Amino acid sequence: MLLTSAKKLRSFGIIGMNQRNFGLVSKYNPRHLYPLVDDKLKTKFLAQKANISVPNLLGTLNFQHDVKKLKEMLSPHKQFVIKPVTGSGGKGILVITSHDHHYYYKPSGDALQLPEIERHVSNILSGLHSLGGKPDTVMIESLIQLDPVFSDYSYEGIPDLRIIVLKGYPIMAMLRLTTHASDGKANLHQGAVGVGIDIGNGAALHAVQFGEPVSCHPDTRKEFSELTIPHWEKLLPLAAACYEMTGLGYLGVDIVLDRDQGPMIIELNARPGLAIQVANCTGLMTRVKAVEALKHIETDPQLRCNFSIENFSTLLSLRPPRTQRTRSTD
Amino acid sequence: MQEKSRLYIVVILILFTGIGLILYKHFALGFPLIPDDKKFVWTIEAKIDFEAQGDPVILSFALPPKEPNLTFMEEDFASPDYGFSEQTIPNGRRAQWSKRVATGPQTTYYRLSLYENDWIGNTPPSDQPETPKKPEFDKVFKTAAITLLDQVRAKSANSEIFARELIQTLNSTDPSQNQRLLLNDHANADYKTNLIVNLLAFEGISARVARGLYLEDGRRRQSLTNFVEVHDGDQWLLFDQDTGNSDMPENFIMWQRGGQSLLDVVGGTNSRVSFSIIRNVQSTRNLVVRSSMDSQAGLIDFSIYSLPIEQQNAFKMILLLPIGALIVVIMRLIIGIRTSGTFMPILIALALIQTTLITGIIMFLIVVSTGLLIRSYLSRLNLLFVARISAVIIVVITIMASISIISNKFGFSQAMTVTFFPMIILAWTIERMSVLWEEDGPKEVLIQGAGSLLTAIIAYLFMTNRIVEYMTFNFPELMLVNLAFILILGQYTGYRLSELYRFHALERRNVINKR
Repeated sequence: MLLTSAKKLRSFGIIGMNQRNFGLVSKYNPRHLYPLVDDKLKTKFLAQKANISVPNLLGTLNFQHDVKKLKEMLSPHKQFVIKPVTGSGGKGILVITSHDHHYYYKPSGDALQLPEIERHVSNILSGLHSLGGKPDTVMIESLIQLDPVFSDYSYEGIPDLRIIVLKGYPIMAMLRLTTHASDGKANLHQGAVGVGIDIGNGAALHAVQFGEPVSCHPDTRKEFSELTIPHWEKLLPLAAACYEMTGLGYLGVDIVLDRDQGPMIIELNARPGLAIQVANCTGLMTRVKAVEALKHIETDPQLRCNFSIENFSTLLSLRPPRTQRTRSTD
Repeated sequence: MQEKSRLYIVVILILFTGIGLILYKHFALGFPLIPDDKKFVWTIEAKIDFEAQGDPVILSFALPPKEPNLTFMEEDFASPDYGFSEQTIPNGRRAQWSKRVATGPQTTYYRLSLYENDWIGNTPPSDQPETPKKPEFDKVFKTAAITLLDQVRAKSANSEIFARELIQTLNSTDPSQNQRLLLNDHANADYKTNLIVNLLAFEGISARVARGLYLEDGRRRQSLTNFVEVHDGDQWLLFDQDTGNSDMPENFIMWQRGGQSLLDVVGGTNSRVSFSIIRNVQSTRNLVVRSSMDSQAGLIDFSIYSLPIEQQNAFKMILLLPIGALIVVIMRLIIGIRTSGTFMPILIALALIQTTLITGIIMFLIVVSTGLLIRSYLSRLNLLFVARISAVIIVVITIMASISIISNKFGFSQAMTVTFFPMIILAWTIERMSVLWEEDGPKEVLIQGAGSLLTAIIAYLFMTNRIVEYMTFNFPELMLVNLAFILILGQYTGYRLSELYRFHALERRNVINKR
């Protein structure tokens, strides 16, 4: 069957796009707080103030004539990431893993020359990737070092972890793994693999690529059943704390694991997508209802995480682990 | 919840206002709800020919009275340089043309277009008759008249029956000597009418000549038909002088009442009047708008119809936009089709209306794909963003110009309408598509491009639908109904059709889990 019925989806608690926009985004996210997350520089400063670790800022460019300074700015750094400050969905991100002052190499090994990078920067400044084509700012960040845990699960890129936080309670998580098809980007539309992560212990649940279930990474052929995110108990409060930081009630927190510096927040999203439900093979609705039913919102992120771990874990629940069975039947 | 109920109240108010206005216009002002409602408009042309003698000329011509069941749309008077005036006389109107010197054959025209409206009820003329003067007959004639009248009187009870009986007797197939004498074999219709009027006057019954025109499509060189109008003491009754029938004839317009001549010419000879009649079919809507404007119905007087025609045509387009918007809302919120740019499909649809569907789509595809090719070259030139978009605009215009020129050389005039495409929008589309291509790959470009085009085509089909077009322009209140629908759709939080596909893998998984 190519289509499923709305009744079944409702019984799984799947939230649709209209429901998300109406019942979550516009209900919990006041418009005036959007700039806090749409502007990555603002997010970064906010996070630093809240003692949440973020990738190092190497520099910013504000005007077209700053483009001349680019070479000088880049030369001291071996590796870096060029990003538009207001870009969304990973648009306009350029990763350089090494350079010899002549050629700049992307993770795929493609070589770029300085003029090409300069053009990329000037496109960003003109607002190519920003919402509504507004003039933008370029930020240059230090490159995240791939955590060895993920070395078998990623292809030419850094996987990132998306955690949905509702009123400060983490309710669902998904790991986005880069693949050859996604050109090293952690974007599910382009073919990155989405792995549902259990809120209880950080273990992998299900995985999907292009909306279809997969059991191993398409490039490395590594089974996901062995995948568990390390330091899960530290990671969860980090995401939960973003609620206090921004005031946004429905938030997508994007976290990466750096080999040297541990978990870092790279981006916040006020309109997180719904693919996470497919990756988890679970609808958001029951969890949203559970949080909405709470009369009192804990002020301590750690306490909120405890609630989430107790209530939203699939693996730690009393029932026998569902995933094991699923995988065998697959 | 309270907000929600407030919204529903607003929606219901808007909906009722919209529907109420539509119903008012339909029932009170007579706007038809479907475009097919047609009415016959008669255009009558009276042509007056005469020979002028080189003297001052005065031409006086009877004009038809304005009856309440007829709506006169236009009256035109045309003449070769004559002075003109319209005069009101008892029992009707007359047109008067005059000129100081005229020689040779002269022609003047009077043209009238009219249609029968929905006015219900009889329209007998209300004027009171003068007491009839006894006509002077010579002896023989008088004897014959008295005999005939005695005969008729014996068979009738009142003046109505008397008049009918008299006419029937005069027209009987086997006339007596008296009748033959009275009727005078060589006499024309006018003679007969006068005879009847005089005989009735002799009897003391008021009667007069009435002339009218039978309306038949495509007739030329018609003349008026004579009737006798008899006053029975209360009202005037019309009698056919050949049958005695007193029903109002169908498709007939009363032109003149009373004994005055139809045409008087001073200073000319050989005058004659001939009528030609044409029937046009006109939509009731046009007629209603026109008459409502004449009668200054507030709703119509302060509406789009009071604008000049050119602006009205612009509004015809603009009023279609909400329909397009509704389609976009449905396609995006209910179906879940991704389009490039929220309202770009409406603009494409508007362009399609100008270019017709197939040509438009082909042109759109050619322009966008050529544009994408050239844009990919431009991206290698290392240009600043704004400059690049501007370059794309120029490229788009060049493409359009070449398509127009080439197709013109090959003799396809249709392709030239490509200029109706909003160029800046096309340039933007090309730019966005090419960025999309670079970032999300050609698949996404195809999905969004196809989505936009599909939405545009559906919007186009609705916007060119005759009924939709008619309704939106003639009932702009429909916008309120549309608004109410959009407000309701804005509340829709159910699944989009595309999500049923998007999440279909979940279903399989969940079924397996349950097992």
